[in-house]
Amino acid sequence: MSMSAAAELQMSRLAMHKRRKLTNAVALMACVCAMAFGLFWLAWILIETIYLGLGGLSLAVFTEMTPPPMAETGGLLNAIAGSLVMVALATLLGTPIGVLAGIYLVEYGQKTWLGELTRFINDILLSAPSIVVGLFIYAAVVAPSKHFSAYAGILALSLIVIPVVIRTTENMLSLIPGALREAAYALGTPKWKVILSITLKSARAGVITGILLAVARISGETAPLLFTALSNQFWSSSLSEPTASLPVTIFKFALSPYENWQKLAWAGVFIITFGVLMLNIAARFLFANKK
Amino acid sequence: MKESPVWIDKVFSFLAHGAAILTLLLLFAIIGSLVIGAWPAIAEYGLSFLWHSEWDPVQNKFGGLVMIYGTVITSIIALVIAVPVSFGIALFLTELSPGWLRRPLGIAIELLAAVPSIVYGMWGLLVFSPVLVKYVQLPLQGLFGDVPYLRVLVSGSPVGIGILSAGIILAIMIIPFIASVMRDVFEVTPPMLKESAYALGSTTWEVVSKVVLPFTKTGVVGGIMLGLGRAIGETMAVTFVIGNFNQLNSLSLFEAANSITSALANEFAEADPGLHQASLMYLGLVLFLITFIVLAMSKLMLNRLRKSEGGKS
Amino acid sequence: METKPSSSEIEKMKISVKNLNFYYGKFHALKDISLEIPEKKVTAFIGPSGCGKSTLLRTFNRMFELYPEQRAEGEIFIDGEDVIRSKLDISLIRAKVGMVFQKPTPFPMSIYENIAFGVRLFEKLTRVEMDERVEWALKKGALWSEVKDKLNQSGSGLSGGQQQRLCIARAVAIKPEILLLDEPCSALDPISTGKIEELIHELKSDYTVLIVTHNMQQAARCSDYTAYMYLGDLMEVGATSDIFMKPKRKETEDYITGRFG
Repeated sequence: MSMSAAAELQMSRLAMHKRRKLTNAVALMACVCAMAFGLFWLAWILIETIYLGLGGLSLAVFTEMTPPPMAETGGLLNAIAGSLVMVALATLLGTPIGVLAGIYLVEYGQKTWLGELTRFINDILLSAPSIVVGLFIYAAVVAPSKHFSAYAGILALSLIVIPVVIRTTENMLSLIPGALREAAYALGTPKWKVILSITLKSARAGVITGILLAVARISGETAPLLFTALSNQFWSSSLSEPTASLPVTIFKFALSPYENWQKLAWAGVFIITFGVLMLNIAARFLFANKK
Repeated sequence: MKESPVWIDKVFSFLAHGAAILTLLLLFAIIGSLVIGAWPAIAEYGLSFLWHSEWDPVQNKFGGLVMIYGTVITSIIALVIAVPVSFGIALFLTELSPGWLRRPLGIAIELLAAVPSIVYGMWGLLVFSPVLVKYVQLPLQGLFGDVPYLRVLVSGSPVGIGILSAGIILAIMIIPFIASVMRDVFEVTPPMLKESAYALGSTTWEVVSKVVLPFTKTGVVGGIMLGLGRAIGETMAVTFVIGNFNQLNSLSLFEAANSITSALANEFAEADPGLHQASLMYLGLVLFLITFIVLAMSKLMLNRLRKSEGGKS
Repeated sequence: METKPSSSEIEKMKISVKNLNFYYGKFHALKDISLEIPEKKVTAFIGPSGCGKSTLLRTFNRMFELYPEQRAEGEIFIDGEDVIRSKLDISLIRAKVGMVFQKPTPFPMSIYENIAFGVRLFEKLTRVEMDERVEWALKKGALWSEVKDKLNQSGSGLSGGQQQRLCIARAVAIKPEILLLDEPCSALDPISTGKIEELIHELKSDYTVLIVTHNMQQAARCSDYTAYMYLGDLMEVGATSDIFMKPKRKETEDYITGRFG
């Protein structure tokens, strides 16, 4: 390349360079803004929830039942209890099914059509609208039995637990190296024992994390309970009655014009958010430690 | 060594297979029960249900256009806002953020995804909408109030609820999902490919927009569709602020409206178990089918990217 | 320790490295390297895995800057200008120093666009001028005859050897002065390797070529000068024939004769 051609090239490079640098700076600045934008909403929502929630929080919230509108006292006891019971039982119901299906996907169904199909369907169910689950249980359980009940609510919630647990169990089991399984088989261990005592045990932390995440997810779900467990202003003495839950109660109270109800709604929102975030952080911690 | 009986293996295998089949059956059961529940409405209206807007429980006349319109428009607004922001966040997390900041920021985004939607809804109604009126709706009306065509979009009295509000709240909700998928997809790009572009003298933006993005485009689209699927099916975040108004009087973004999920949340529990309930079920069926298609496409696209790179998802 | 390749002619030095130290976090990867690279010749870097030859190559175009835990101390003069401390923007430095990697890395676009990509960063060419540049670059990369009828096809549709020549053509298209080749044939079959070695012979008439290779025979075949590195130290550098036939240091001789590595 001759001297003048080289100089010309360098001049062209320099000329275009300013504009490219500007475009780069603008684009990257926009990304920083996007990040700040995202954090801004998180901060605003959390701060308001804490502020308004703590404002409505008191001992009464945990010891008294949901009040009628414009009452002086009242709490969320029945709603909290209802949520705890339904979440616990739904988790109990959904987890074994989810773990077993996850085991199937990794240990039995690796390259089969059933495995591929199940994985595909499961991913769809994972993101499907939760209100549709409520509709399904309504049609399948509530309508034939002609009443709303906690059983129906538990069933609906468990249908949300199952896909979450399947996905996390599958992910965790796939991480276990094949060599570990082969070593167990080489000793003559039967398949079921390899799975339970070796593979599942090694993936235990991750699977439990997945279960915790499922619990966090259903604790905040409102839509599936709207026409299954419905709600109850009073204490439900059996599972076959309509049962109050925290999310549904919040829904009812927040949309009302009554101040005492709105205050309780914020307290409820605070409790749920706090619980869900704590579960998420605990799940993360557990997994990070065991890794 | 004592041999354990063979039947335990068979039982266990049966249970595992059974659980998988149960999952499949679940999907069919859901679709089936929706179809059965909606049948009276399907029989009565056929497909015309989808484009008639009259919704009158008293006169027993139902048409789903208002809800379908609300669901679609709010989701589109949500995507328009969420996609560029998520892209910026994903880019920040993969290329710009200093190493020590990466994990905490990633965790912050994931926590945003874990917040229950009812929180978004309540916050949206009681905290956000008054602010929206003051800082967004009134100024927008001032700006576009006299512009032909556009003025229709900003007409009506701004009270902070309606399609725009619902769209914005939805956007905030789906940003963490789309951002996470985009970030995971950007991280799959082979470093050598990026280094090749840098070696030619590209700026970071040039590397991302001209090499990384084309390389990951299938995954990016898959992630966007995943976010769309979530937005379409979201109930609580929308119900609080959309206004629950079963009429479509104008195209204004400030008008109260309704979405499928919101209509279900508000009306189903007390609906008359006849044509009213069946029409709501019909809406539920439509919703499920739309999300099914969107999610299936998303999954196919994400799988295609995964296969062609042979890397982690 | 030799810092100048001894030679019979007076040669212009293109690159001058002075007291270069490189760190991956706390790990001291390059230890006080000083050497001179002559212009328009092929200089090969050989040594066992982990000796730092790729690391050294990647300092010349400051590729390490992409990774915060990597840092370089010392001076690297290219044409008299210290690239480490230069005030010139990094993209302009990289315009002068092209790089080809161990695995072929075609961009996800057509063959034409692969070449045009780099050119468009620095020059505004008309369609006709760009066509000419693409043809020129592909000819320099010994690929033109094989792809001239399919310029619009995707770059990833080519064979491994062709892809690597595409990457060489892409690097050459922006008219750099130095070419860094980091084990360019390690992922290729013997026939493609032979073609690229032929190409290197032609390229040195226009460019200063630095090549890292773990294949000693390749270094002996292709290069004019060879530098032997071991565990971050520059052991010996000299004319290729000297290094391979009468190495000055025992360590070099041990490596060349295959006593280890």
